[in-house]
Amino acid sequence: MSQTITIDPVTRLEGHGKITIHLNDQGEVENANFHVTQVRGFEKFSEGRPFYEMPSLMARICGICPVSHLIASAKACEAIMSVRIPHTAAQLRRMLNLAQMVQSHALSFFYLSSPDLLLGMESDPQTRHIFGVVGAKPELGRAGIALRRFGQHIIELLGNKRIHPGWVVPGGVTEPLASAKRDEILGMIPEAYANIELALRWYKQIAETFAPEIEVFANFASLYMGLINEDESIEFTDGALRLMGARGEIVADGITAAQFPEVIGEAVEPYSYTKFAYYKPLGYPDGSYRVGPLARLNIAKSMGTPMADGELSLFKQISDDGPVQSSFYYHYARLIDILHGIEKIEMILSDPLILDKHVRATAGVNRLEGAGQAEAPRGTLHHHYKVDENGLITWANLVIATGQNNNAMNKGVLQAAKHYVKDGKFTEGILNRVEAVVRTFDPCLSCSTHAFGQMPLAISLVSAEGEVVDRVVR
Amino acid sequence: MSKLKLATVWLDGCSGCHMSFLDMDERLIALAELVDVVYSPIVDTKVFPDEVDIALVEGAVASVDDEKKIKKIRAHSKLLVAMGDCAVAGNVPSMRNPIGPEAILDRAYIENADVQRQIPCVVVPKLLRVVRPIHEFVKVDVFLPGCPPSADTFHAALTALVTGEPLDVPALTRFGA
Ligand code: SF4
Repeated sequence: MSQTITIDPVTRLEGHGKITIHLNDQGEVENANFHVTQVRGFEKFSEGRPFYEMPSLMARICGICPVSHLIASAKACEAIMSVRIPHTAAQLRRMLNLAQMVQSHALSFFYLSSPDLLLGMESDPQTRHIFGVVGAKPELGRAGIALRRFGQHIIELLGNKRIHPGWVVPGGVTEPLASAKRDEILGMIPEAYANIELALRWYKQIAETFAPEIEVFANFASLYMGLINEDESIEFTDGALRLMGARGEIVADGITAAQFPEVIGEAVEPYSYTKFAYYKPLGYPDGSYRVGPLARLNIAKSMGTPMADGELSLFKQISDDGPVQSSFYYHYARLIDILHGIEKIEMILSDPLILDKHVRATAGVNRLEGAGQAEAPRGTLHHHYKVDENGLITWANLVIATGQNNNAMNKGVLQAAKHYVKDGKFTEGILNRVEAVVRTFDPCLSCSTHAFGQMPLAISLVSAEGEVVDRVVR
Repeated sequence: MSKLKLATVWLDGCSGCHMSFLDMDERLIALAELVDVVYSPIVDTKVFPDEVDIALVEGAVASVDDEKKIKKIRAHSKLLVAMGDCAVAGNVPSMRNPIGPEAILDRAYIENADVQRQIPCVVVPKLLRVVRPIHEFVKVDVFLPGCPPSADTFHAALTALVTGEPLDVPALTRFGA
């Protein structure tokens, strides 16, 4: 008899998700889906509000990466105002975005995934969490907590609040950087380097032991997309998008925020509140692509900072022909992003204009439509608004990272489930592995449900007749 | 003394309140000496435990799932804390109330989609007509406002709740903080 396994909720995940695995009469996995189960409506209820309120409102989509929403939203507003923000404001926002990347990656790697990597996929679920990591390997757990604190504290110093700082506004930022704050950040940097070096060393020791997972954790050819600079170095806040093909060829390049809607479309599947983004010329689902740390490192020719460049050349050696394909390597790419972030923050602080007082441009409504894009920690984020002559929002659309990884996450869950679930038999450890595939992507269900729903993760066994036979809740 | 059992739950919020909880940083390690985190997005428990001492709940009640969850949480928790402005007052999630769920779903899945336009309905929960704060569904013992309440607020409040010392919320935080 056919069955459905439901994992509900998927835990150690930023949001509410479920996984269903469908087995046929022979107990073989036929299909698997990742469901996002929350919907919020930001694209609709922002209508009628003044455009300059948008960054602060849109930040409330997500408490994990509010800075990405602040920046993409402010950039869309600046397109409406037709202004270029002062150099110092652009640098301060770049630093804020990097600080957020460090803290969010630290959350993903240490708080959410390191319990699997350190304690084991099959370890006791009762202790498979960050406190278990702190108990088993205190220096690693503490390094993770300290790296997240490093990023959050920089956000607090710049924006006066760790979560939802009101400092990023259309036109720039509200307040320049004080020299005492610059010095405080510089003082925090040596500890951050020590912590990321420890994490990278440890990751390299354990990575080989995960060869079986690397093989089946969303390991397949796909397109990749991310921001880069004109010199092909990695970029998080400005630059333009590049889309790379499965063999490393460039499929599309120089995609600006204004062009994004022409090349990227969104599809709906009945089983998820998160939409599925695709590259329009290839259609859906063939045009599905991956974003985030793995995609960015596949696309960039350099990190633009010395230590991260050293790691990037090691990363590129993982695959001798074309892009690195297994999503397990999101973990490694995430650590390299963190190292780059610390180096780049240090570089930005040495900009002779960093304490300049001109940090905000002002203007009214000069165009009735505007779009902005930035890299969120987990991938490209796009905000697109239309306003009336008074600057009131008449329409909004958001394309978030998790929607762009949605197809790959679903395919990855199916790949792992097919590999591990045999003859209709599975254990808690096997289901945890299926969840761990999703964790590699670091999906943000908060973001992906701006329009949609929350994702609890459940595994149910469903019969071929569509009847739920068993449900696994751990 | 056996450790108190702490749960943290995420309903219709942005996770910012959970992130602010994590912003206690190294103080989390000391907290874990006093309480066991038995249910939370950061641990692997799939079913809400039978007996929880303190439940921190983020977010408003927006879907049929949220409503089921908050009732279950109340039934199994000694002390229920509404954590943050969404849980306390509805806040941002309730901004959809004057519009209604149909218009929200239409904009996202019909108007702003390119192919396979449809309203998701498989496995995903139905939205409630209006989003409401949790005290409109169950009794709330402690209201901790803020968007989000700061890490210092969490630390002071949890310390008071764990030790049984008096808790002066207005001295710690306010709506919109
Ligand atoms: S109160 Fe603020 S921080 Fe907390 S969930 Fe709601 S919007 Fe997010």
